[in-house]
Formats: sequence, C-alpha cells, structure tokens
Amino acid sequence: MPPDTRNATPAVAAIEERLPGAIEEVSYALGETTLWIAKEQIVPVCRFLKEQGFIRLSGLTAVDRFPAKERFEVVYLLHSVSANLRLRLKCRLGEPFEIDSVTGVWKSANWYEREVFDLFGIVFPGHPDLRRIMMPENWQGHPLRKDYPVHGHKYDYKDE
Amino acid sequence: MSDAASPFDLSSEAQPETAGGARRMVLNMGPQHPSTHGVLRVLIELEGETITKAAPDIGYLHTGIEKQCEALTWHQAVTLTDRVDYLANLSNNLGYALAVEKLLRLEIPPKAQWMRVLLAELTRINSHLVWLGTSAMDLGAMTVFFYCFRERENLLKIFEMFSGQRMMTSYIRPGGLALEPPRGWDKAVRDFIGGFPEKVDEYEALLSKNPIFLNRTRGVGYLSLDELMEYGVTGPLLRAAGLAWDIRKAEPYSSYEKFEFDIPTRPEGDVYARYQVRVEEMRQSARIVNQALDGMPEGPYQADAPHAVLPEREKMKTEMEALIYHFKLVYEGYRTPPGEAYQVIESPRGELGYYVVSDGSAKPCRVYMRTPSFGTLQALAPMFEGRLIADAIACMGSLDFVLGDVDR
Repeated sequence: MPPDTRNATPAVAAIEERLPGAIEEVSYALGETTLWIAKEQIVPVCRFLKEQGFIRLSGLTAVDRFPAKERFEVVYLLHSVSANLRLRLKCRLGEPFEIDSVTGVWKSANWYEREVFDLFGIVFPGHPDLRRIMMPENWQGHPLRKDYPVHGHKYDYKDE
Repeated sequence: MSDAASPFDLSSEAQPETAGGARRMVLNMGPQHPSTHGVLRVLIELEGETITKAAPDIGYLHTGIEKQCEALTWHQAVTLTDRVDYLANLSNNLGYALAVEKLLRLEIPPKAQWMRVLLAELTRINSHLVWLGTSAMDLGAMTVFFYCFRERENLLKIFEMFSGQRMMTSYIRPGGLALEPPRGWDKAVRDFIGGFPEKVDEYEALLSKNPIFLNRTRGVGYLSLDELMEYGVTGPLLRAAGLAWDIRKAEPYSSYEKFEFDIPTRPEGDVYARYQVRVEEMRQSARIVNQALDGMPEGPYQADAPHAVLPEREKMKTEMEALIYHFKLVYEGYRTPPGEAYQVIESPRGELGYYVVSDGSAKPCRVYMRTPSFGTLQALAPMFEGRLIADAIACMGSLDFVLGDVDR
C-alpha cells in the first residue's frame, strides 16, 4: 500500500487559518489527499498554495457525474517539487457551469482550461483566450460529457 | 483549429511596412511541415527573419481517446493507451496499469515489476533514439538518423518478441504482464544492451563536437527554469535547465528504488544541453537494463488475483474455476471499488500522469491523461518569439513532443 500522507499536508491547516471556510471537506484515500474547495474560493486557495510551494499545476480536468444535480467536479492536480508532495483540489459545479480561471496563478492552466472548456463546456471567467483547442471551432456539443454519445451526434461540418 | 480562431489579422492593411522597408509576414508552418513530426500547425508572424509572434494550433490528431476509454472495460482500455504516445507505448501501458492497480489494491510480484522497469527503460532508449535521429536530421545531420534507426529496429524486434507487436504492444497490463516473457528474451536484450554504449559513442562522435551542430544548438532556445515550470514543461527539458527532478527517484514506482542510476542535469537550458541530457539518459537507461537483467527475480509474471487477472491458458483446460473466471472477465470485465487514483511516472518525455475515476462498475468513469507533450507544447510560443526562424526548427526538435500525446 502507498504511504499515508495524512501528516504530510500542513497545507490543510494553513488554508483553514488563512481562508476559513474555503475547505468543505478533506479526504484521504490510497495515499492521496483530496481537498474539496468552495467554488468561489478556488483562486485565492490556489494562489495561497502556490506561495506554500505548490509551484506546479500538474494537471487540470473535470469529471462528469451526470445525472447528479451538481454534475461536474473540476479537479486540480497540484505538485510541490521541493516538498515532493502532491495534492488534489476539487470543486463541485452545478448550473451555471462556471468557475474562475486559475491562469493568473499558473500559466500552464491556459491550455488545460481550454481543454476542459472544449470537452466539457465549463466556462472559466477571467481566462485570456478561451477557445476550443481539440475540436474544430464550429463543433457542436462537448464530447466528454456523459450525455454525449461515444460515436458523436453528426459528421457534417456546419459551414462547409 | 480553423482560421476563425486565428490570433492574427491576415489582411494586407494589417501588415504595414516597417522602417527598414521590410514587410511583416504571417507564415503558416504545418500542419504537414516535416520538422513538426506529426500534424502540428504553427502560425508565425515574421519581421525579416525574426519571429515576433507564434501561435500553435493543435487538435488535428484528436481522436477522443479519453472518451473511448469510458466505453471499454478497464482491461480493454489498455490498448488505447498504446496509441497516446506512440513512441513510448510501454510507458503509457505502465502508467495506466499502475493507476488501475492502485484502485484495485493489487500487489504485483517482483518479477513483473522488474520486467516492467526493464521494458520501460528500453522504451526510453527507443523514444530517445527517434528523437535524436529526427531532430539531428532537421539540422542537416542525415547520418545520425540512419544510425539511430538501425538500433531502433533491433529494439522493435525485441518488443515484437515479447508481445507480438512492434509498437502497439499492450504488454504491461493491470495485474502484471500480458504473457510469460518468451524463451531467449534475456539473450536478445543482453545482445542489444551489451553493444549499445558503443553505439551511443558513435552518435556522440558525429554530433558532440560537430561545429555546425554546435552553432545551431548552443545558446539557442533558452528559457529559464522558472518559465519552463510555469508553462507545464517536465522531464529532460527541466533537467537540461538545472533541476535534478526525476519521478523515478522522487516518487519511485515499480521498484525503481532498487536500481542505481544518476539523474543527468545541465545548467545551460539551451538546445545543446537538452541533447546532452538525453544522450546521458540513454546511457543511464542501459545501466538500469543491465541491473534488471542480472537481478531478475524468479516467480510469477502476474498477480495472484483471479477476480482481475486473466487465467493462464493451460489452467483453463484443466480447472473449471479458471474457465469461469475467464468467461466472466472477458464477458463483463472486473469491477473496481469506487474511488480515484492519480499515478505519475517518468515517461521519456517527462511527467506522465493517469488520473482514473471509478464509480464501481466494470468501465472507467473517467480516465484523464496528463501527457507530458501537452504541457511541453505550451512553451513553444515563448521559445519562438524573438528568435530567428532557423532556430525555431532546432527549438521544436529539442522539445521532443509527440502529437498523439498532445491531442490524444
């Protein structure tokens, strides 16, 4: 079994002190730490964690829990090279599917958020250049949503 | 992926003459440009020979692999991981297998772990050989390309020996390996790896002191370590900018902690430093392969977990339970406990992460691939801007991205 990182996350206490109420829930499983963050607080929490050494955003993605009401979970995979620690932040998202962009914290979030916007249809207010990145510009729908069939809706391109 | 998305104003009025009389020009590089090694399109704005703005346009190879994974069982999805980074198939197999095994809480026998290390290192050599050959060819050194592909051919033959496939191996699977390693595998690997360091000397003899190569690569494509990290770059590129961070050492997986090897670093952060780091990595990989050959443990090649691992062919003919398990596993797959796991490994290109989410069924709820090339490519535009167009080719080669890995 992987080691328990419970004691290895002083970040949790630090966030609770600095930004009370930002953490909704903490869970430890399979040696990994997940913090559920209140949606409005995601940018301040990320900025704070970056100051705490989480200088890398390893990845950013989403999970669709359709047909749940708060259907999307936006997932931030953080990494601190100096402390050799990994941390996962998650936010639940209901309608409207919007969450503030963290491009101001990590530049690498630029394409990661564009990908999530393209494939899940989640909007990131504050993103400098929110366009589709994988699918053609005139594509309809967002393929990674659970209510989007694997074989797609249509094969014709609109303006061709 | 269309002109509507163009960040440039392409009308002629928008391209006034500069003071020197030169016109600003917008150049469309790709999607079929030979130096992009895949289908990448880069829009470049030029002033004379200097790039003032660059915008990569990706998505030409997007095949929805993450979506397709959700339609297959956990076991079937292995075959898709081969197709993500098609130059490092076994690394992708390994990342996915480790993530799923984390969910299943499987213990993998030592022989399978060591064999995985051996194959992952052969894959690293394979990938670096393709990189070295093609990026040197972009700079005009044809011979290196033929030398590298000569060795790569032998490696592909070894992969074929193991799995029956040259590239789309699917040999490392959740639970262990797909098959018992074939008879004579150790001799084949030993023959290859025994002569390999001399072959690396040959490449270095062609390039390391070659004045044309030095002029094209030294001091070219520099980005500071902080900038590289900020853009999501990982792996050899960071090590060539001075950071001794390697996931094999920092977060060992598959018993990498039992192997001795060094992390090569260079402080310069230019194209030449990246060349030096990758060449040294090939030597270190050969070192690891030798240790794996000498210390290969005996034992089973798959975990003892009949609920998740396909039974051996022989047992199916003699044991009824094995036949039942086989039928169940093929017909409906195995269920994983609900939960999520994130597993990172050091692929030849950098940090490869698999974030898998299970809802308790036999099919993945979500498979997210944190591919190294996607992060790396974000550093392309800042690396291009302000540099000469001829240097762009050297930069692009040194980034070593695979478009299948970018677009997925």
